[in-house]
Amino acid sequence: MIRFDKLGKTFRRHRVLDDVNLEIALGERVALIGSNGAGKTTLIRCLLGEYTHDGLVTIDGRSPRTERTLVLGSIGFVPQLPPPLKMPVGQLIDFAASLCGTDPQRMFDLAKRLGLDVDSILQRPFVKLSGGMKQKLLIAVALGRDAKVLVLDEPAANLDPEARKIFFELLAERAESATMLISSHRLNEVSTLVNRVIELDMGKVVLDDRVADDVSLAGLLACRISVKRTEPAFAKAMTSWNFTDLGGGMEWQGDVAGPDRLRFLGMTSRYVSLISQLSMTETAAEKVGTEKVGAGKTAA
Amino acid sequence: MKQLWLTAKLDIVESLRARWFQIYTLVFGGIVALLFLFGLTESRVLGFIGLSRLLVTYIQLTMAILPIFVLITTVRSVAGDREAGVFEYLLSLPVSLGAWFWGKILGRYVVIFAPVFAAMLGAVIWALISGIEVPWGMFGYYTALLAAMAACFLGIGMLISALARTTDMAQGAAFMVWLSLLLFLDLILLGVMIQGKVAPEVAVSIALANPLQVFRTAALALFDPQLIVLGPSAYVILDAFGAFGYQVFALIYPTVLGVVSAAIGYQIFRRGDLP
Repeated sequence: MIRFDKLGKTFRRHRVLDDVNLEIALGERVALIGSNGAGKTTLIRCLLGEYTHDGLVTIDGRSPRTERTLVLGSIGFVPQLPPPLKMPVGQLIDFAASLCGTDPQRMFDLAKRLGLDVDSILQRPFVKLSGGMKQKLLIAVALGRDAKVLVLDEPAANLDPEARKIFFELLAERAESATMLISSHRLNEVSTLVNRVIELDMGKVVLDDRVADDVSLAGLLACRISVKRTEPAFAKAMTSWNFTDLGGGMEWQGDVAGPDRLRFLGMTSRYVSLISQLSMTETAAEKVGTEKVGAGKTAA
Repeated sequence: MKQLWLTAKLDIVESLRARWFQIYTLVFGGIVALLFLFGLTESRVLGFIGLSRLLVTYIQLTMAILPIFVLITTVRSVAGDREAGVFEYLLSLPVSLGAWFWGKILGRYVVIFAPVFAAMLGAVIWALISGIEVPWGMFGYYTALLAAMAACFLGIGMLISALARTTDMAQGAAFMVWLSLLLFLDLILLGVMIQGKVAPEVAVSIALANPLQVFRTAALALFDPQLIVLGPSAYVILDAFGAFGYQVFALIYPTVLGVVSAAIGYQIFRRGDLP
């Protein structure tokens, strides 16, 4: 479906992409990883038809450069850094929906699902929104249409845990009908979202690997944590993950989105000396049975 | 066509919220207000009194301010948007490059022409209310001259924006272009002619290739049809064009220059890297 054939890009004698050959099929969820300057953004811009380049880039056999409107109509893009647009939120949605030939209501509905009260910010300039609000809106614009390819550059970086959970559900709904290209600096940020990993280094593909697709995008983990003593910083962190305090800040319970498990464990690792017990149980409808994560029930 | 209007509308909304537009509007509205405040309609120059006197002064001031204002704000916002990632995002949407580029020009044209015209229109409305006679012919020609001036410098600004990759480079180039036009307005040409190295016809031709000089001469021609204040240069101009012919030339040439510059800018834009 997506094809990069001998793709190369040079900026002032500096070769940023060098002989990249890739084929990405429908339904594949690809993590595009690599350090700064590896060529991820350049590859994405070539895919969006924004850069001139050597070689060939096609989506369903069409060039995003020469058949822009046709090809870009089927691509949803979320940039890493939200653009500083001064236009009001309502106009941004109307503009994008008109160009994409979709009903703006779909974008409004998605934004609301992600926890964004769109009605109250319709007249506010996009640039004045918080980082999380901007990210939610850009996700709603990208997913609120019939995109066959989703290009997501660090899409969940600014989202709170609840919004990330819904975002993963939204991706799960599109898993069969869309190809996803998710860019990130670090694999652990996106590893649970994808079934293929492509690593770029110095403009070349240095790793192209299929990964186990065991983690359901829509999966949930019921989690329970006990601590030895109350700690305000820990309580704040738990609250930000929408956990419920079961008794004086000593015991907490809540749900963690399946693809967010590494991020959650990363957070808990900061309080490892405080935690006396931690359990995570998979509860998603499509998974049968109960699964312990890591050591299952862990006593600290 | 729908994409073009959507882009134009988008640019208008973006510009209306930008600080440069507020300053720009304030400057031209302020000029007219000040001219009224200082009683310029009561003073007399070369037989001109009333609103004609105000319009002559207004067009002279506009010619000094508008070109640099349009050049700098255009390159700043276009190159600035590109640097800030606005192009990366908006051009990932299914909009054709032609609709994007020309829609942006159309929107920006409305935004830069509206305040200068509104200020002049405001003066005319005030004159009508105050019972001052309105020179409709002069008002109409000056409106056309302002429209041509806006088109000319907007086109040049878009060309510079397409060529320059950073805001700093674009601003520097815009300033150099304006400075060159300003220098060729008088200083360098006079120097060359004094040294006698070129024929006066060549010097006048170079001057007439300079849109700033074209506007200045056209504005003068309206109240000094023989262009007496220009001295011997007037003979070359009037022999070549005639008084009416020159007025037409002063509208067509800068407009064509602006459109051609924009067209070259578009070719560069669509063949290069977009963000």
